[in-house]
Amino acid sequence: MRLKQRRRVFAIGILSGPLLWTLAFMFIPYSIMFAYSFFTRKFPTFVPDFQIGNYITLFADPQYYQVLLRTLKIGVFTTIFSLILAYPLAYFLVFKIRSPRLRTALYIAVIVPLWVSYLLRAYTWKTILGSQGVLNSFLVWTGLLDQPSDLFLYNQFAMVLTLTYIFVPFMVMPIYTALEKIPRSLIDASKDLGVGRIHTFLLVTVPLSLPGILAGATFTFCLTIGDFVAPFLVGGANGAMIATVVQSQFGTALNWPLGSALSIVLLIIVLTIISLSDRVERAGRLDLA
Amino acid sequence: MATLTEAASASARFARRLRLPRLDAPQVSTRALGVAAASTIAFLYLPIVVLIVFSFNDNPVTTLPLRGFTWRWYESAFANADLLRALWNSIHVASSATVLCIVIGVPAAIALDRIEFSGKALFRRAVLLPLVLPGIITGISMLNLFRVIGFDLSLTTVIVGHGTALVSVVITQVFARLQRFNRRLEEASDDLGATPLQTFWLVTLPSIRTAIVGSALLAFTLSFDEIPVTFFLTGRDNTLPMYIYSTLRSGITPEINAIGTIIVVTSLFIIFLSVYLLSDKQEGR
Repeated sequence: MRLKQRRRVFAIGILSGPLLWTLAFMFIPYSIMFAYSFFTRKFPTFVPDFQIGNYITLFADPQYYQVLLRTLKIGVFTTIFSLILAYPLAYFLVFKIRSPRLRTALYIAVIVPLWVSYLLRAYTWKTILGSQGVLNSFLVWTGLLDQPSDLFLYNQFAMVLTLTYIFVPFMVMPIYTALEKIPRSLIDASKDLGVGRIHTFLLVTVPLSLPGILAGATFTFCLTIGDFVAPFLVGGANGAMIATVVQSQFGTALNWPLGSALSIVLLIIVLTIISLSDRVERAGRLDLA
Repeated sequence: MATLTEAASASARFARRLRLPRLDAPQVSTRALGVAAASTIAFLYLPIVVLIVFSFNDNPVTTLPLRGFTWRWYESAFANADLLRALWNSIHVASSATVLCIVIGVPAAIALDRIEFSGKALFRRAVLLPLVLPGIITGISMLNLFRVIGFDLSLTTVIVGHGTALVSVVITQVFARLQRFNRRLEEASDDLGATPLQTFWLVTLPSIRTAIVGSALLAFTLSFDEIPVTFFLTGRDNTLPMYIYSTLRSGITPEINAIGTIIVVTSLFIIFLSVYLLSDKQEGR
């Protein structure tokens, strides 16, 4: 009995801190943000209210829904390009590098940039792509261009390039883990049964690595659509994304209710994607069992 | 153009002289895959190399060709009082946020691993959410909270924000280590009459220590470089990334390359250490 009581005290001691923290700094702030999204703006501040005008504005005013659509488009392209770069890399590391030591070393080399200053890595692309930048001066120097081009920077291409660059390691990580878990015997069995290389890849390897692909795509997409650093640095005048607009609503535009409504929309998109990918992954797991 | 053709035929001659074996299809696909993998790794490191090279280039503009070696940008970075104050603020914020992440994250990981309570699924979702949640949502929602309770923005609010956004890094790593931990050791400790607290200090903690240190290093680096949360929660004081962010508005200076190189090289070092500590080989002994 005493041991049980002690355990209970221990459990409460362990749990109360994190629980209170989550309550105070996640649930309550989200609730306030949710409430604000129904408030009415009254320049220079806002008053309590309950109306869905802010949400209507977001989906009716082209200025806002175009930003929403652009953000989703950039998110989709970034996810696709990251996958195209990450999958062959992860596949090569897992199946073609024989030495485990070298494989681990290369894997670490690939994922380490992920944690290195996000701002500086995005900023470097600005110095590379700019009209006075590394790429332009290189092209002019070698004579491939007569004069610097301003085609490289301040457009959606530059944003997708920068974001892809940032999220490739995020994509490699789960795909690598998924590929590593595939029993080699399954692939050998498929080959023994006379299935060709490409078919084995498409029918065995890819489906078994699907959870990794899904996790990587979820990370990449969710973090891309909430980014405001890449649009700020390389996006240019027509490069605003959801987070750029949120930022200006809480800054110069001074419309907190609208900014809160937009944040709630972003939060809902992220939560929907997480639960969708969770469900698909679970369905996939059942399929394999 | 002519030089290109010459180079191509020269390399063809060279290949013939080497008598390279003719490749069959699988070998070709392996080669192609290898080239793709190598190019992606090059792509990942190219900007880092550019940053470092241009921090030593004696030219106020980042253009090729390179002009010559200089320490000038490092000297001017370290003579810049605003920049140094921002650097100091960042170190203060990152260390405090890291302590916060450990104090909240380790108990949370232990709770997820071994305590059953109602609402556990929701709790797990909530603490792991910041991993995929864009930082701007954490920033905005906490800005709203601080406004409601009338708390002035300062480095303290930034620290609380970083703690909330980054605690999931510690939780996932420590939780993963706990899952692989041999529970028999704790049972043995209990049977031998140790109190739960003694068991924790003497048995559990030593075996998750490297996971804690590794994830703390990770949290420190991430907090040091954090932008989206800081942007909304900082008062008059700037952190280093915020300082860099605001100077980028007015244009690029090689000073940023210099301080950036220091940050990137330091981060690389800390992260390698962290990944080593978090790897499976370090599992509790």
